[in-house]
Formats: sequence, C-alpha cells, structure tokens
Amino acid sequence: MLPTELCCVMGYLSFITTKSKQFQAIRRSPLSILITTKSATDLEKPRSNSIAMAMAIKLSLLLLVFSCSLIPTFSLFEDQVGFMDWHQRYIGKVKDAVFHTQKAGRKRVVVSTEENVIASLDLRRGEIFWRHVLGANDVVDKIDIALGKYVITLSSEGSILRAWNLPDGQMVWESSLSGSKSSKAFLTIPANLKLDLDSPIFVYGGTCLYAISSIDGEILWKKDFIPEGIDVHQLILSEGSNVIHATGVSDSSEFNTYEIDVKNGAVLNHAKTSFPRGIFGEILQISSDKSVALDSSQSTLVLISIINKQIHLQETHVSNLIHGVSSNTIILPSKLSGIFSLSTDTFIAFIKLTDEGKLHVMEKFDKKVVVSDALPLSENEQAFALVEHGDSNIHLSVRLVHDMSSNHLKETVKMDHERGFVEKIFINNYVRTDRSHGFRALIVMEDHSLLLLQQGEIVWSRDDGLASIIDVTTSELPVEKIGVSVAKVEDSLFEWLKGHMLKLKGTLMLATPDEITAIQKIRLQSSQKSKMTRDHNGFRRLLIVLTKSGKLFALHSGDGHIVWSTLLQSLRQSPQCPNPTALKLHPWQIPHHHALDHNPSVLVVGRCGLSLSSPSTLTIIDAYTGNAVRNVGPTHSTVQVLSLPFSDSEEQQLHLLIDDEKRAHLYPRSREAVEIFEKESQNVYWYSVEADVGILKGYGVKNRCDGDEFCFEARNLWSVVFPSESEKIISTVTRKGNEVVHTQAKVIADEDVMYKYISKNILFVATVSPKASGPIGSTTPDESVLVVHLVDTVTGRILHRMTHLGSQGPVHAVLSENWVVYHYFNLRAHRYEMSVIEIYDQSRAENKDVLKLIVGKHNLTTPVSSYSRPEVSTKSQSYFFTHSVKAISVTSTAKGITSKHLLIGTIGDQVLALDKRFVDPRRSLNPTQAEKEEGLLPLTDTLPIIPQSYVTHAFKVEGLRGIETIPAKLESTTLVFTYGVDLFFTRLAPSRTYDSLTEDFNYALLLLTIVALVVAIFVTWVLSERKDLQEKWR
Amino acid sequence: MDKGKGVMGSRKWAIEFTDNSSTPSSRDIPDPPGFTRASHDQDDSTLSRQKKDAESNWKSQKAWEVAQAPFKNLLMMGFMMWMAGSTVHLFSIGITFSALWQPLSALQGVGKVFEPYKDAKVDLNAPKLLFIALNLGGMLLGVWKLNTLGLLPTHASDWVSSLPPAHEVEYSGGGIALH
Repeated sequence: MLPTELCCVMGYLSFITTKSKQFQAIRRSPLSILITTKSATDLEKPRSNSIAMAMAIKLSLLLLVFSCSLIPTFSLFEDQVGFMDWHQRYIGKVKDAVFHTQKAGRKRVVVSTEENVIASLDLRRGEIFWRHVLGANDVVDKIDIALGKYVITLSSEGSILRAWNLPDGQMVWESSLSGSKSSKAFLTIPANLKLDLDSPIFVYGGTCLYAISSIDGEILWKKDFIPEGIDVHQLILSEGSNVIHATGVSDSSEFNTYEIDVKNGAVLNHAKTSFPRGIFGEILQISSDKSVALDSSQSTLVLISIINKQIHLQETHVSNLIHGVSSNTIILPSKLSGIFSLSTDTFIAFIKLTDEGKLHVMEKFDKKVVVSDALPLSENEQAFALVEHGDSNIHLSVRLVHDMSSNHLKETVKMDHERGFVEKIFINNYVRTDRSHGFRALIVMEDHSLLLLQQGEIVWSRDDGLASIIDVTTSELPVEKIGVSVAKVEDSLFEWLKGHMLKLKGTLMLATPDEITAIQKIRLQSSQKSKMTRDHNGFRRLLIVLTKSGKLFALHSGDGHIVWSTLLQSLRQSPQCPNPTALKLHPWQIPHHHALDHNPSVLVVGRCGLSLSSPSTLTIIDAYTGNAVRNVGPTHSTVQVLSLPFSDSEEQQLHLLIDDEKRAHLYPRSREAVEIFEKESQNVYWYSVEADVGILKGYGVKNRCDGDEFCFEARNLWSVVFPSESEKIISTVTRKGNEVVHTQAKVIADEDVMYKYISKNILFVATVSPKASGPIGSTTPDESVLVVHLVDTVTGRILHRMTHLGSQGPVHAVLSENWVVYHYFNLRAHRYEMSVIEIYDQSRAENKDVLKLIVGKHNLTTPVSSYSRPEVSTKSQSYFFTHSVKAISVTSTAKGITSKHLLIGTIGDQVLALDKRFVDPRRSLNPTQAEKEEGLLPLTDTLPIIPQSYVTHAFKVEGLRGIETIPAKLESTTLVFTYGVDLFFTRLAPSRTYDSLTEDFNYALLLLTIVALVVAIFVTWVLSERKDLQEKWR
Repeated sequence: MDKGKGVMGSRKWAIEFTDNSSTPSSRDIPDPPGFTRASHDQDDSTLSRQKKDAESNWKSQKAWEVAQAPFKNLLMMGFMMWMAGSTVHLFSIGITFSALWQPLSALQGVGKVFEPYKDAKVDLNAPKLLFIALNLGGMLLGVWKLNTLGLLPTHASDWVSSLPPAHEVEYSGGGIALH
C-alpha cells in the first residue's frame, strides 16, 4: 500500500519540482497541482503516525528530487546496462559454410548468410566469435578459406574481394574488381598452387577473370571475356596443372572452353561447339574434365567433356534416364565427384557417370532429401551427407561417394516440427580417438535456424530467423492468477528484504566487492523481469515478430527469451501456395472488458506467389500459445490491410483487406461485423500510393460485390497525379494508428494557445525530380528538387507543400501528433538536413476567451470532418544533422502527456534519442524571456548529438531496419524495440520516470527511516509525558 | 458582585468567604464602631472606576495590537514569497499555501482572538475590521503569488489543455501496396 501511494504522490511532486519546462503543458494545468497538494496536505494531518509518514515522505521526496536532478535523461551508469535492456545477436539464414578445423584448439565454422553477414561461429556452442555485416547491397556471393588463415569473401556480384583474418575477423585486404558487366561470380582457391611464393585466388566476376594474390589482394592478371561475348559458367582448375579451364556460353548457343595459363592469363587454347538450344541454369562440374548441364527446355541432360582440347557434347533425355519424369528438372548444386543429383517435382535422383561416359541412375529419393557437398576424407575417399525427413525426426546418413550403396553412418535426430524441413546441410569430419571418422553436420532449417548435429544429437541451435523480421506487434501477458502459496510469499519477502539490505549497504558504501557483485546479480536477474504475467507498470509484454521464413516468434520483453514460436502452415510451400511470402502482422483481438476469457490474438497476412495479384492467406494466431485459431485461404489477393477503429462484441478488430482489383474484403466474416461496418461505411476511406506512376488515389465504399456479403466495391473519390517529368514519389509516411494524443492545445509563451491540427488522416509524401532519384552525388544541385506534401487522405486535399531546392533523398520521416520530421540530403550544403513541419488549426484559433471556455461555449470538442476544410497554418524549420539515417521513429506513451523524443537509427546501427524540442519550428536565435521559460531552445544550425543519448549505449543493432515504440502502462515510459540483424530492447522515459520510483530506489532505507521516526516519536512522547508529570508535582 | 469583579480585575472568578456587605440584607446589622460606610464606599467606587478605565484602555490597546499583528505576518510572508521566487517548486508551493491557509484560519477564529478583549466599553469592531482586512490582504497576497506561479486558471490555456482532441469523423488507411 505504501509504495504505490508514495509513488503517486511523489511522482506528481517530483514532476512539479522538476524545473524543466518540457512539462509546460502539464504544469500549466491547475488540476494536477491541486490534486497533488491536496494529497500532500492530507498526509500531513496531525496524527502522530502520519507525521512520521509525512516526514519520511518528505525525506524520500528530497532523495527523489536529488536523484532526479542528478541523472541525465538517457545516459546510464555502467552497472545499469542490461538492467532494463537486452541485446541479441544473430546472423540470418546461412547460405554457405566453410569449416575450419585445422588446429584442434579452434573448432570454428565460417558462414555467410542471406543477411550479408559473414561470421565465425564456435562449433562447440554456436556462439559468434566475430561477425561482419556487409551492407544491404553488398551481397555475399562466395566464401572460402585461403592459406589456412584468411577468410576470402567475394561480394557485390563479384566486384569486391575481401580477406579477413580467420582468428579475429580483422580485414586484411580488400580489392575492388571493376567488371564491365554484371555476371555470375565464382571464387576458386587452389589448394597448393604456388606462383613465386604467392598463392593466387581466381575470381570471375563482371565477365572478367582475375588472378589475385592472396597475400595482399593485388591483381596479378586480368582476362576480360567481354570481347568474346561469353558468359563463363565455371572455372576448373585441375590438380597439379598450370592451366585453368573456363567454360562458358556465348549468347546461350555456343559452348566455349578456354585454357588459360595461371601465370599470366594468356589463352593457351580455345575450343567451341555450337549448342543452339542453350542451357538452363548452371554447369556443374562432376570430374576434372567432365561437366553436366541442362538444356533450356529442362528436358535434356548435356554431358560436356573436354577431350584433347576439344569439347564433346553428349545429350541424354531425362525421360530416358528416369521414367515418368515430370517437368521442372534442376541439377542440384551439390559438388560430388562423379555423381550429380537431379531434382524434379516429385523426387531427387542420384546419377552416376560411369567410366565409359554413361549416365546411370543410382538411387531415387522422394523430394524431402537434402544433400551436402562432398567432403574429402582421404586421398581418394569422399563422403557426403544426406538428410531425409521422418515424422518428428530427421535421418542423417553419411555415405562415401564411391560406395553409394551403404551408409557410412546413419543417425536419427529428433527434430521439433516447428523448425520445418531441412534446407541445407554442410558436413565436416573429425578424427575420433580410435582413428575412425566422426561427422558433424551443420543444418539450416526452413525457419532459417542453424543447428549442429553430432552423434545423433543437436549440439546447439541458433534461431537465426530472428535476423529477418518483417513486422512486429505486441500483446499483453496473461493476468496473474490469485492464490499464490504463503510460503512462497514469505520466502520472496525475505529475499526482497535481504536484497534491499544489500542495496542499502551498497548505497552506504559498506559493501564488500563480493556483495557488490551480488547486488549487480540481483539487479540483472530479477525474477520479476521475465515473469509470464502482466505487471502493474506494463513493462512486461509479448513482442510478436513475423520473420521472413514465415515463422512467428513471441519474445518476452523482460529478457528477450522466446516464449513460443510457430512455423505458419499457411506460409509454407505447398502446391496451393507456391512461393509464400509473409506480409503483415496485425493485432486481431485485444480483450479488455467483455471478452476477457479470450486470449489475445494476431492476424498474419501472407501471399502465395510473387505478384500483387497472387492469392493471399490469413491466419489468426493465439498470442499466448502460438496455436493457429483460424486459417483462411488461399483466397483473394491482398495489397492493403486496414485495421479499422471498430471492434465487434468479441473485441475482434474489424479489418478491411483490399485486393488488387480495389475491392474491400471485410474480416471477421460475421453478420455482426457487416452490420457494424455498414453503419460506419460512409466514413471509411482508403488510399493507394502508386509510387511507380506517381499517383495517389482515394477510395470510398460503393456497394456490395455480387454474391459475397463481406466484399465491397470501391469508388474512386480523388486522385493526386504527380507529373512524372518533375516528381517521383520516394517516401510516404503516415501517423501510427494507435498513437494517443493528450491535448489539442499547445501552450506557448505568455500563456497563449495554439491549436494543433490533429488528424490521423494525414499522409506525408516526399517526391524528388526523376534525375535526383539516384544515389547522392549522381546529380547536380540545380537539377535536384525535393518536394514534400501533406495530403489529407479523406479528401485528397493538399494541406501543405514545400520545396527544398538542391536537395535529394533518401527521405526518412516520422509523422506524429501535428508534426512531421524528415531527413534528407542537401546537395548545396553537402550535408544531411532535418526539417520539421508543424500544422496548426486556424479554424479553432479564436477559442481564447476564458469565460466562454469555462461555460463551455467553444467548438473544441465537436467532431471534425475533413470535408469541413479546416484552415491550417504551418510552421517549419530546417537544421543540419551530421548522421545519415536508417530509420526514424518517435516515442509513444499511454496517454500522450509525456514529451516526445525522436529515435533515430543512425548509419552506425545505433539508436539516438533526440529531444523533440530540438526540432521545434518556433526556435529563434534570441528567444524572449517568456519563450525561454517555456523551454524553447535558442536556434542553432546543427542538431546536437549528445553521446549520452544513444539509447543503444555500447551495442550496435547491426543491419538496423526498424524501431518500434510501445507505450507502457506507466505514462512516463515507453518500450523501444529495435530490429535488424540484431535485436535490441530497452525502456525509455523521455521526461524521466516522474510517476514512479526508480528501480533501484532503496525501500529498505525508507523503511528504516520510517521505523526510526516512529520509535523517535514514541520515545519523545514518553519523555514529554514524564516531564509534564514532574512539572505538575513541582 | 460588581465590586468583587472590579477588584478582581481580569480574573475570571472569585469567591468571597465573608458575608457580602453590599447586599441590602446586610444593612440590618449596624456597622462596627469607627466604620463609616459611605466614605469607604465612595472611595472604593472611584478606585474601581479608575481601574476599570485603565482596564478597558488596556484592552482596546491590546485589541488594536492583536488586530495589527497580521501586518507583521504579512511583511514576513511577503519577504518569504520574494525569497521563494516565481518558479513552481516545493518551497514556493508550501509558502504560498501557508500564506493562503494562515489568513483563512485566522479569519475563522476572529471571534476567539478578540474574546479576551470583550468589554462593554471597548469597541472591538474597528480592530476586528482591521484584522479582517489585513488577513484578507494576506490572502490576496497568497492568491497573487499563486497567480505569479501560474497556478490560477486565468488563461485560456488552463481550460483548453484538459480538453481531449476532437473526435474525427472519417477514417482512412492505406499506403503503398504490400510487397
């Protein structure tokens, strides 16, 4: 009882006492002050006990005031790291892995991933030794290990070659290979080829073949294939020879083979054979002089052999080889010598090339088989791994290439079906103590997780699907059940007191180093943090994230552990749903009042296929268990998902899904929902942004579709056409649907009021001149124009339009309340800039008469319609900003009272909190006294970057893509979830935690003080009684 | 009784153990020899009147003093308010509210304060009025301070801030096609 009341009173008081004028709006409201003082005087009623209480309160208040004034807004003390934040490092879906086990002490694997990460992982635990995230455009093509000490990566379509030091991941050298044309990229590192003490690396990229020194990355020679018009498909370097064979196809009609001298790149021999049908996909090398390819119709296998410097082609019909074969034949890229695997719609076949040059089908498997590359065991022994799927387990078998019939090793591993199928396998061997070969397999699953299997067990697993989050939403945790056993309470009470005594010791600097570590441990491992129930302050929540693999994860906001995860069946590849992609995640059911027995649920929208008109699937998932409640689809296509502000009697949110023919489909599909929607349908609008043609279009509901009562036809209400020769849409931003605004008035200096134009239907559109749509520096300032528009999406009215001459994108923006802040590049100043536009409602500006306001004669609470065309006025200002930006977001709180901070995801993958007061268009060079009092900062040309205000402090959120803010129940606090390749979560209080005691508030000290005061009161009372008696007897 | 009271001065009560000689019944008994009642009576009454005058003078003087006491208070309060400054914090709020509370409680107890000086001959109305006026002045000072602290709802902003934003009739959503 005491702490909560205290919290309340002290919160308010400290909030008043804070001199900072960012609370102007609240400070000015007399009500809160009156409440405060009332509660303060209530407490000081002259009863001896409450005097003591009041004293204690005053004391703790003083403490609080001091602590408040000492701690700057965001900076943390060293021991506070990890206290309310967590950081998780991921790498993404592994696409290539190279084992490194030369030294027994270092068991590592180097991987490259779809998220363009290269990382060295510990094979024992799966931890990241080192990791580098290449940029989003720097796709890793190939990785390999050279000289046993460098990791070589080829990226950006073969144009950048880098060498990294294997033990610590430091970059050793980098070579940029300027190819003339984009092409495939290959990397070949000969094992023991020496050229003047140098081991060359052969790289093909950009239609050029390079020999590169592995010591310093110097280009030794270069051979351009552009004049020949040949696209090289493979490089063959025979063991012990000094010749590279480059096999290529010219315009898909001729096979060409070049013999190139490894020393100087001279062409020694050139052979060609015409092959008019062309080939499909890659050429796969199966032995030193033989390769296999598919023709363009995917029906004929072409065996390419180079005999006596001549190309011989041998064609075999796939149907002759395998009977009853269906279409979609592909050669799998597993490199097994003498054997290749062919995948069709229904099965996978292993085909062996006999010594006589005949193809021979060895074995057929059904489709769910994954094959690894061959692993050399000894001089002429090679092994490969093969994974088959069982019901709830997988069968891993290792076979020797020359002896396919028997399994060298067969293991069955139990596998969680939420991980889906195996997608890739990499194997590695080790020598056991009995000199036999042991194998470990690194497998990549359908949900992008990475597992290491060894001796029939999963040694470790990494949920790397979390590196590719598409969408985030949150859900409340279940309410705590009453009826906790007494023993537990007592125990925890004792623990609680003990902890606080320790803390007290810590504050009084009496603690020993051991105790200090114990204190730190208690702080970090607070069991409260990761409890699975709702908390009073709303800090504990479920973060529900949708990943690219179609897997849904629920993370606990306390420590980031995975509560549940589910691989959505509707987003798995199936005949009904080829190429599924996850699109969007929406809260579906948020039980508050009358549906409390329901669990909250989320809606996942996915699409089957790549085009906009592909059918979509909808799944409703229970947020507490991860079970699918309902599955719809594949059904109509979906290009837009609108979460309407209405809910039905079960508190299911009404959703409109717009298909590619501009029809709106209402969900949930129930009579009640239709009734609710039809009542409101006159006021429901939607708009589409067609960025490629530069058109904004607004729609309203027309009538029902034929034959489907949940489908509504749209009518086009308005269009805004941007002239394609001068404006190209590069960015649009709208307000977050769940944002809460506390007040419509902005109190400025001298108690004046400005009325904000608060509308959820504002769209910020940024356009640039077509020439300026390229990267920065690709155009001159004169040709580059950035125009920003604020569009009302109900009527299509352009509320404001502003032109920035000599500026260009990329534009990142955030729209909140009545303002928009956007970030762009100013070509004239050669600097990034940030601008702010604030919109004010002129039609309400006359409401300034106090008497009228008191008696309620004003139009401030009457509902507004966009059709009333309210007069607006805007204020704007621009500032330089040092960083380039990846994402901008803004803090959001439960009631919208707390002042706001911009959260800027910087290019360094950190999140910077910038007070909104810095981007206030009313800033001026010399603010008046009243303005200063209001908290207006003097105008500066550059926005300051205060190192302490990095929210992510020492961490980096590699590959940062989004910043999500979630209001906590406590008004002062907002939860921030940042995602990219890494995840980062923290709690922010933009105006400090004025409504609660800080976490490390010393309750023990408070308790002690109160007890001491009560004792003092009793003692003095007894003493004074005694003295009184003595006086009387005198 | 009157006599007794007069002699007793400001005491609240007195007991005479001797028979009261001023009552008519006591006149039946002859005075002792050498005792002349009339002269003594006269002496006594003049003395008591003088005393009474002094008493009422003293009372009215005291009453005026009491009435003027809030003035000092006012000055002190003003000084403290000046010290507290014009920003809202713990001390300025405390001082302001005590400045409001003190005159209020004093006004409530205005009868009690002047009770001791009640006298038929003393006119307490003027000191009371002064007392009330000064206390009202103190209260005004408090209110003025409240206003300078910006805690009085005298501006439009005070009434507008608590109003929620107006409800929007239309709803619109959408954006770039999902991909």
